[in-house]
Amino acid sequence: MLDIKDLKVKLEEEDKQILKGVDLSVEDGQVAAIMGPNGSGKSTLSYVLSGREGYEVTGGEASLQGQDLLDMDPEERAAAGLFLAFQYPVEIPGVGNQVFLRTALNAQRKARGEEELSATDFLRVVREKAKTLNIDAEMLKRPVNVGFSGGEKKRNEILQMAVLEPKMCILDETDSGLDVDAMKLVSQGVNALRDAGRSFLVITHYQRLLDHIVPDVVHIMADGRIVKSGGPELALEVEKNGYSDILSEVR
Amino acid sequence: MVLPVRKTRKTDVKAEATEARLAPLTLPEGGSWSQGARKSALERLREMQLPGARDEYWRFTKPGPLLEPQVSALPLEEQDPVFDGVEAARIVFTDGRFDAEASDTDALEGVEIERLATAAGADIHWVRDLYGVLEAKDQARVERPFAALNTAFAADGVVIRVTGRAPRPVHLVYRREAEAADVMLHHIVKVEEGAEMTLLETGTGAARINTVLEVDVAKGATFHHVRSQGREHDRLVNTHVYARVAEEGVFKTFTCALNGRLTRNEVMVDMAGDDAVAHIASACLGDGKGFHDDDTVFVTHGAERGESRQVIKKVLRNAATGVFQGKILVQPGAQKTDGYQISQSLLLDEDAQFLAKPELEIYADDVQCSHGSTSGAIDEEGLFYLRSRGVPHDRAVELLVLAFVAEALDEIDDSDLASRLRDRLDGWLSRRR
Repeated sequence: MLDIKDLKVKLEEEDKQILKGVDLSVEDGQVAAIMGPNGSGKSTLSYVLSGREGYEVTGGEASLQGQDLLDMDPEERAAAGLFLAFQYPVEIPGVGNQVFLRTALNAQRKARGEEELSATDFLRVVREKAKTLNIDAEMLKRPVNVGFSGGEKKRNEILQMAVLEPKMCILDETDSGLDVDAMKLVSQGVNALRDAGRSFLVITHYQRLLDHIVPDVVHIMADGRIVKSGGPELALEVEKNGYSDILSEVR
Repeated sequence: MVLPVRKTRKTDVKAEATEARLAPLTLPEGGSWSQGARKSALERLREMQLPGARDEYWRFTKPGPLLEPQVSALPLEEQDPVFDGVEAARIVFTDGRFDAEASDTDALEGVEIERLATAAGADIHWVRDLYGVLEAKDQARVERPFAALNTAFAADGVVIRVTGRAPRPVHLVYRREAEAADVMLHHIVKVEEGAEMTLLETGTGAARINTVLEVDVAKGATFHHVRSQGREHDRLVNTHVYARVAEEGVFKTFTCALNGRLTRNEVMVDMAGDDAVAHIASACLGDGKGFHDDDTVFVTHGAERGESRQVIKKVLRNAATGVFQGKILVQPGAQKTDGYQISQSLLLDEDAQFLAKPELEIYADDVQCSHGSTSGAIDEEGLFYLRSRGVPHDRAVELLVLAFVAEALDEIDDSDLASRLRDRLDGWLSRRR
């Protein structure tokens, strides 16, 4: 599904190399977790993959189902099936959640040569998804993320994910700012979307999210590289001993 | 060596410009009261003279194109259909003349409508008591010579008296057939105690148009005004809205302006009675060099517990210029005044500019007045968020632009009118991608 080879990235503004050669593959239907200490480059990886400005790729490649991601605009990546659940979902006053989501869905469908959904069909789809995810559809009537609590913002991300039906979902520290109950609710949403044709890359500091979203594989990232990979037990090891043991072992 | 210096006095230059502008004009015919009103307006005008480029009040907007004795041709474009679907009493002016054939003749319950040209020849006391009166009174505060010019020379317009709750809006439609028309229209609206009406205005009307609208809002009466200014990019527009709001009266005006080589919309509100309400809002989209849009607002609180709001939003790109001059004057004794003013511009590139002069002048000690003025670029975070969900770049910018002006559109009470305007702005944006 997602193939990253020797990806090197620096900040555009300053001469600072963040990713120093990331190698990572996520198989179809796989849930992969990336853990790592602060400043290891986890969030940068998610931004570079989704096409945010401000980063310069200095080497390597990244592809989604064989399509070169790095050449595409953010909206093209979305239409190709990539979805980034933001660590800090952006508030957009004046843009209704529903208008936003319908515009996004139809733009993606159009880009893929599919028929656009009418307002009524869209509403039916959204209500259905919201119900399955246990999300209050009232959320759709409000401006995008404005005045949402931390939990509501993350649930809104999951609802968008459910409606847009991406193939590759990147969750950037989805657990940050969530209490235990909210984290459970969000995790249930993610688990409901697990599917043989959909892959996840779950970025997190802590193991606790992975209690709820159990990964198939865990990667440890440090200093701009994937330094160790293993099964879910790797996350438990981090939780128990911190990153220092693994990092010293790698060095 | 001392060079001889030839000096031309500034006042001479202005007097010459004023006389040059007046030369092709003749005072319209009419009855005694209207002749009197026109002659005294002409005297006022000659005394103050038309503005020059150095006048403080015209510092951001150069009056040159409004001073030219003649106007250049402006190609005809299709009429703006924004309010076509709104059920209303349509009063059509073609090239500045009342067009009886195109206008609705059905009576509107609680509303008397008369043509200014007719009213000027008859002795209708409430018209006589209002025509040029609010304009003249306001000249003591700030000189607005183009408004006096209008009072003197406007040959047509409507006079409206509302005695009940108008069942439908009155819609003034400004059509064009001549390419180089230079038009002045003067409207009078008197909303009697407890009455309510909505006045709509659409269309360009002429290559150059100067309008005055004088509104008298009586005790407990409500007046809504929503206008959408034409689509011809090279039009010259200078409008003046005067309102006097009595006790518990409500006055609300909204202007949507798309481009325009020179647009200056002036709104002057006199909060004359206690507990009066006035909302002034505008949304402007300007795209391209030479496009200039100016909102000049002056709200005077002369009584207690008045509430006034000014919400001005301008989206500018490609060297377009936006101007806002807005003042809240709180007179002695106007205690518990609540005055609010916000002017914001969204600059879509580095060539666009927004010039703002917000002013508060307060002579009462128990008031609440706030104002703010900002200029900003598009929110890159929001833009990326929208794009990351698949919304194409241009559409994402449009959504953010519409979101930016939404606060101004929210000032319109009638959500149907607001949504029509929103669609119009949306359509305009999509066409200019």
